[in-house]
Amino acid sequence: MRTTTATQLVYYADAIREALALEMRRDPAVVLFGEDIALYGGAFGVTRGLLDEFGPERVVNTPISEGGFTGLAIGAALTGLRPVVEYMFMDFIALAADQIVNHAAKFREIYGEQARVPIVFRAAGGAGRSYGATHSQMLEGWFMHVPGMKVVAPSTAEDARGLLISAIRDDDPVLVVEHKDLYKVRMPLSAEARPIPFGAARVLREGDAATVISYSKAVHTAALAAAQLAQDDIHVEVIDVRSLKPLDTATIAASVRKTGKALIVTEAMGVAGPAAELAYQVMAGAFEYLEAPIVRLTARETAIPFAPPLEAAAVPGVEEVARAVRALVG
Amino acid sequence: MENRSVMHPDWPAARILRTMLLIRRLEERVDALFAAGELRGTSHLSAGQEATAVGACAALRADDYVTSNHRGHGHFLAKGGEARRIMAELFGKATGYSQGKGGTQHMADFSIGFLGMNGITGGMLPIAAGAAFSARYRGSGQVALAFFGDGASNQGTFHEALNLAAIWRLPAVFLCENNCYAMSSPACHMVSGARIADRAAGYGLPGVTVDGNDVAAVYAAVAEAAARARAGDGPTLIEALTYRILGHSRGDLRVYRTREEEAEWAARDPIARFTAAAQAADILSPDDIAASEAAVATEVAAAEAFARASPFLAS
Ligand SMILES: Cc1ncc(C[n+]2csc(CCOP(=O)(O)OP(=O)(O)O)c2C)c(N)n1
Ligand SMILES: [Mg+2]
Repeated sequence: MRTTTATQLVYYADAIREALALEMRRDPAVVLFGEDIALYGGAFGVTRGLLDEFGPERVVNTPISEGGFTGLAIGAALTGLRPVVEYMFMDFIALAADQIVNHAAKFREIYGEQARVPIVFRAAGGAGRSYGATHSQMLEGWFMHVPGMKVVAPSTAEDARGLLISAIRDDDPVLVVEHKDLYKVRMPLSAEARPIPFGAARVLREGDAATVISYSKAVHTAALAAAQLAQDDIHVEVIDVRSLKPLDTATIAASVRKTGKALIVTEAMGVAGPAAELAYQVMAGAFEYLEAPIVRLTARETAIPFAPPLEAAAVPGVEEVARAVRALVG
Repeated sequence: MENRSVMHPDWPAARILRTMLLIRRLEERVDALFAAGELRGTSHLSAGQEATAVGACAALRADDYVTSNHRGHGHFLAKGGEARRIMAELFGKATGYSQGKGGTQHMADFSIGFLGMNGITGGMLPIAAGAAFSARYRGSGQVALAFFGDGASNQGTFHEALNLAAIWRLPAVFLCENNCYAMSSPACHMVSGARIADRAAGYGLPGVTVDGNDVAAVYAAVAEAAARARAGDGPTLIEALTYRILGHSRGDLRVYRTREEEAEWAARDPIARFTAAAQAADILSPDDIAASEAAVATEVAAAEAFARASPFLAS
């Protein structure tokens, strides 16, 4: 792994691998399950090399049986292990949804607090690579909807490592939404790996014109738009919520109380999606400070198209965010 | 190949060869276009598996249904899909089968009974059972055939679809292309039991294993299964043993298999075997073969030119 002590530029995928390796060294109960994660290292290379260090007992290649191996991992979690399950593409979590929704998320409560299910579901979400409609979705909203689930969606290498460490140490089911279009982006990563607590948003840019609230890859879109707007002296505050459930409502409210305007940007669908919950929380925490209706920019209501220009048009882009901010502050 | 090399009268040897060659040359061209960075996303190519696609479709009626998977270009061409509209889809163009919205894994042509490729492994097996249910309900006499891989046989949908089709004696054919691997996972590690075809017994169905690189053997097995389905005797599970020549998808370095194994399978190339047998049986001449190669080269080049010249859908 990395040897120097200073902050380095590291791929988002490598930061995730580091978190897995560190936790596996620390705790022999951590076991990985997923399709082609061993020798092949996963479709995006996230687990590459882990087989060599930890062996096939802990880096377990599964058949293509998402429902089955998810349930199996939940059973293992119920009885002492800390499994981390990889979904090669987030879309495939649909095949495992029953085990997650009706089993993992409910066991703690329905069995009278006898049981905890310390399991992590890692899923590669998002568009931008022309993989088509069954390989590009952001489905975190489905799981935010389920009591008993925690949901995080890191946009940076630092958060990807820190939130995954917290997820593995957490005693309840956690969905970690990774973005496949970030895996090969280099980002700063501090030398010392630390867990990042859930429910703590990050203000990555301060401003007073409006608050832009986002998570995952859309944070980068928002940040680029914010930089562009700053050239015209429009200074927006950009918040990366990082953790969707639990959600840091205090940071969101404090910002919108200051700016009076809120734009929510997500790559997930709009209708009944994460942006709806974020908008409600803005309203609940800063209603009397709002100077304009809350605006949300989400994926268009469409199956994510394959063709690069159509795909790009289906999710919020930098220009669109900048335009929405101008309309909001204008 | 005996005299089984003459299959359905609609499928003379020249058509069999031409269709298999079209699949091979189109896939090779797509591979080259990805290598050159001209196509975006990924694709799963079926070079080496032409005999299963062509043998199966030759044994079906034109109005029978086919469902496919992520590795479906060959299935589509064998069922009658047009190379140029497939190529246009791969380029993401408005003239593609899905106007560029679907891409390599998501194309269909309902007018020829091709109910679609799909990116969800195992997802289309129950859909095929549903098409079979509908065909019987409507009394149309159609059969539905599902193409799927060894990897898909580990999905719950495979088992549920087989059971459903069996209890209702649906006119379905489940054709497993066992190409030895699901991505990097060898079938011998991931599939319990000696043969996937043996799984049929658990549902009280006939299970047949065939040489999937012998187009006539695939034809014969599917023809029998389709006849059985049409007669109201229910579904059949066929396991066709074959091999994908290229990697699983773009960028696969094939670390999970040896070059020796690849060479062994290259010696069993389905197209070379067919041409050799057809020449031995005197039903194809070297001139026929050269003419097929030339016609296919023209068709693939024209398909690419059509795709390149086509516009994107306005977004
Ligand atoms: C539900 C689901 N899980 C995993 C994948 C990723 N994936 C795509 S193809 C493939 C292997 C499929 O193997 P097989 O069924 O044998 O077909 P082959 O690729 O060999 O033609 C995998 C794991 C997927 N597309 N869908
Ligand atoms: Mg296979």
